[in-house]
Amino acid sequence: MDHLTELENRSIYILREAYSQFKNLCMLWSIGKDSTVLLWLARKAFFGHIPFPLVHIDTAYKIPEMIEYRDRLAKAWGLNMIYGQNELALQEKNTFPDGKIDRINCCRLLKTEALKQTLSGEGKRYRLNHATGQYEVDTNNEPYTGVIVGVRSDEEGSRSKERYFSPRDKNNDWHIGDQPPEFWNQFKTDFAPGTHVRVHPLLDWTELNIWEYIQREQIPTVSLYYDQGETKRYRSLGCWPCTKPVESISKNVAEIILELKSGQFANIAERAGRAQDKEDGGGLETLRKEGYM
Amino acid sequence: MQEELMNIVVVGHVDHGKSTIIGRLLADTHSLPQGKLEQVKANCERNSKPFEYAFLLDALKDEQAQGITIDLARCFFKTSQRKYLILDAPGHSEFLKNMITGAAHAEAALLVIDANEGIQENSKRHAYMLSMLGIKQLLVVVNKMDLIQYSQEKFNRIVADYRLFLNHIGLTPVNFIPVSGMQGDSIVALSKNIPWYQQQTVLETIDSFQKSQPLTQKAFRMPVQDIYKFTKKQDDRRIVAGRIESGQVSVGDKVIFYPSGKMSTIASIEAFNAPKKLQSIEAGYSIGFTLAEQIYIKRGDLLVKEHEQKPEIASRIQVSLFWLGKSPLVMGKEYYLKLGTTKVRAHLEKVLHVMNAASLESKASTTVQSHEVAVCLLKLHSPIAFDRPENNELTSRFVLVDNYDIAGGGIIQHALEDNTDWMREKIQERNANWITSDISREERAEKYGQYPSLIIITGQKGSGRKTLAKSLERALFAQGKKVYYLGIGNVIYGVDADIKNTAQETRIEHLRRFSEVLNILLDAGQIVIITALNLTQDEVNFIKEATLCQRLFKIWMGQEKTTDIQENLWIKDKLISPEELVNIQMSLKNKINVSE
Repeated sequence: MDHLTELENRSIYILREAYSQFKNLCMLWSIGKDSTVLLWLARKAFFGHIPFPLVHIDTAYKIPEMIEYRDRLAKAWGLNMIYGQNELALQEKNTFPDGKIDRINCCRLLKTEALKQTLSGEGKRYRLNHATGQYEVDTNNEPYTGVIVGVRSDEEGSRSKERYFSPRDKNNDWHIGDQPPEFWNQFKTDFAPGTHVRVHPLLDWTELNIWEYIQREQIPTVSLYYDQGETKRYRSLGCWPCTKPVESISKNVAEIILELKSGQFANIAERAGRAQDKEDGGGLETLRKEGYM
Repeated sequence: MQEELMNIVVVGHVDHGKSTIIGRLLADTHSLPQGKLEQVKANCERNSKPFEYAFLLDALKDEQAQGITIDLARCFFKTSQRKYLILDAPGHSEFLKNMITGAAHAEAALLVIDANEGIQENSKRHAYMLSMLGIKQLLVVVNKMDLIQYSQEKFNRIVADYRLFLNHIGLTPVNFIPVSGMQGDSIVALSKNIPWYQQQTVLETIDSFQKSQPLTQKAFRMPVQDIYKFTKKQDDRRIVAGRIESGQVSVGDKVIFYPSGKMSTIASIEAFNAPKKLQSIEAGYSIGFTLAEQIYIKRGDLLVKEHEQKPEIASRIQVSLFWLGKSPLVMGKEYYLKLGTTKVRAHLEKVLHVMNAASLESKASTTVQSHEVAVCLLKLHSPIAFDRPENNELTSRFVLVDNYDIAGGGIIQHALEDNTDWMREKIQERNANWITSDISREERAEKYGQYPSLIIITGQKGSGRKTLAKSLERALFAQGKKVYYLGIGNVIYGVDADIKNTAQETRIEHLRRFSEVLNILLDAGQIVIITALNLTQDEVNFIKEATLCQRLFKIWMGQEKTTDIQENLWIKDKLISPEELVNIQMSLKNKINVSE
C-alpha cells in the first residue's frame, strides 16, 4: 500500500469514527486546499454524501474568489453549507488594518470569537438554501459537540502537538500538557456535557501529500493557488490584509508539486506568508490555546 | 514516484539525550529548514551559551521554546532510502501517556541510554511499554560515550545488563550502538573515537528497519464501524462500512458477523471515485460492502469469512494491561472496554498480580495504580468477539475508558468460562441458520413507524407489574402501535412444560426459551412488554444478547431494589396515576418512535 493510500484510509477511518460518535457534528471548511481535501475524503468516507454541515467562518476579509468558489462547489455537490461571522466586531470596526486593532486581536475577534459563537450556536448561522441559492438564518442553533478540522501537524509548532481527537473545555481552552492518550485507533469519544471535541483527520499529512492527493484525485481547488501570469500565487489562503502571495510561476498542480519537492520552497515553511504567525511568536500557540483552528 | 515514510519513536529516560540524537539526525541528514542551524548557533552565541543539538529540536518545535517538551512533537528527516517521521516522546514519568501515544504510532523505536548514568527506571519502563504496544524493531543507542572516555568495557556491561532485561520482556533489539550525540560519533558515520565499534551506524540501522505491512495473509477481520443508508439523491444502498484489519475478501464470499453469528454474502464492494468496480479488497482499506441478505447487524460486530479461523467470543476475559488513569483501576466501578469498534461495559473482577514495569517485581493487589502493569480478570456486560494475540494482535488489543477518558490499554490473553457459554453457542447456531426475510428490519420499522423494542417490567412480588404492563399496552395500542404484552408465566406453562425442576439452574433455561420467543416477536417488528420477577442485570444482558435488541427500557417496581439491575425507571407505588403513565410514555418515545 503506498503512502497516500495509507493516509487516505486512516483519515477515512477517523471521519467515520467522528460521524458515528458525535450527534452534533460539523466540518470546518476554510476553502483552502487542506480542508478541501478533507471535504473530498468525507465524500469518500460516506460514499458520495456528506452527512453533516460544512461550516465556514467568513471574516468578511476573505479574498473574493474564495467565496465564489465556496458557493459554486456547495451547489454542485449539494453541500449542507453554513457560514458564521462576528457581526458585532465588523459593525464596530474592531478590525485590521482599517479599524481600531492589531492583527492578533483581529484574528481573535473575526476568527476565534466568530468560531466560538458559531459552534455554540450563540452567533447566527447562515445556511445555504439550495432552492433559492441564497443564505438564510439557520433555525438550528444547537451547539456542535464534534468539529472536524483540517489542521496538519507539519504546519507549525503547536499543531504538531495535536491529537486526532482533541477535547476542548467549556471555554474552548486546550490543555496541551494534559491531553488524553491515543493509541491503537482508539480515540476520545466520550466527553463531559458542555465540552466539545476537535477531530483532526489530516494530522499526518504534509503540504506535499496534500498536493499529490489533489493531483491523484483531481480535486477542484481555488484558482488563487496558481500563477495566472503575474508570477505570483498564494501558497496558503487567508484574509487579504494578512496573507501575501509568493513569487512563483507554478501554473498547475504538477508544477506546484515539483516546486515543493525540489524547487524554491523545498526548505521554506508554508505559513511564511502569514503575518499573524510572526506576531504570535511564530508558534501560533497563544491563538490556538484560545480556540483558533 | 511517492516517497516511503516510516514512523519512528525515540524513547528513554529523561536527560539521556533523546533530543540531541534527533537534532544530530536532522542536521547531519541536511533535513533542517534553510538557515535554521545557523540561526540557532547565532542565538547561542548571542546568549553566550554553548550550542547543543538539542536546541535545534526545541527551535523547530516551538519558536518560543517554552512549555514544549511536555508533549509529543513530530519532525521529519530524510535519507537516501526514505523519509522519516520522528515522534519525540517525553522521558518524564508523568508523561507516560504521551510516550505511549507517540510509541503506538511508530513502526520502530530508538531507545536512548546514557552511558554515564546507566540503565534507569524509564529505560526499562519504556521498553516494557514498547513490548506491550507491539513494537518489534528496537535499536538501543548508548549515548554520551564521550563522558565515559569511550570505554568498551562499560559499554559491554550496559549491553549485557539491558539485553537480559529485554529478554525477560520478550524484546530482541536489532542492535546496540555506542554513540555520542554531542560529538556526532556513530550517528551517520563511524568515528575514530570508537575504533572498537565497526558495525552499522545509527542511520544505517534505521534505514534497515522493515516497513510494517498490512496483515493481508491473516484471516479476514473487519470491525463494523457503521451501517449507512443515505436516502438523499435516490441512493438505496445499505452499506456496511469499516476498515479491514487483516486478510482479504471478495464479492460472493460468505461472511459471518460475531458475536451474533449472523451470516450473509458480500454482494458488492462500494467505494467513491474508484476507477472500476472492485471485486476484492484487502487489509488496510477503509471500505464498504452491500450484503445479499438484509440481516440485522450493528456497529461493533466483527465481520469474518466463513471457513476461516473463528474468533473467540466471551464475556469474561483474562488480560494483561497497563494503567494510565489518574484514579486507580478498582473493583466495583463501571468502565467501558473498547476493542476495534465495539464498546461494552466492563468490571474488574480480580487482579491476579500487579507488576512494576521497571523492576519487573510482582505483587498481590486488589487495585492497579497509574503506571503499573497487571494481569486481571474482566467481566463484560455483553460478549465480544476477539482473537488471541498469537493469532491476530490487532483484534486482541483493547482500551479501558474511565469516566470520559482512555485510562488503560491491554491485550486479551484468553477467554474465561462463564455459565452462559452453552446458551451463547446455541444462539450463534440459531443466528447462523436463520432464514432471513427479504424485508429488512429498517423497512419494517419505517412501515410501522416504530422500532422493535422491549419494555421490561420487573421487581418485587405484588408490586403491580402486571397491572402496569396492561395499562401501558393499552395506551400504546391506542396510539396505533403494534404492541404485545407477554408475561414470563405464559411461556413457563407452555414452551417450558418439559422443564420439571424449578431450581435456580433451570431459571436460565426458562430465560433462554423466553428470550427465543421474544426474539421472534421483535424480529416481526413488535414492541414487546414483558413482566418477570426480580430480574438481575446479568439476566437482562442475556435477554439482550439473545434478541440483539438495542432498544430496551427497564422498569423496576417495588419499595426496595433487591437486584443489581440498572433500571431506567424505578416505580415504588403500586398504583400508577394517569399522569405517571403519560410520563412513562414520554420517556419511551425516543426508544420506539421512528423519527422523520
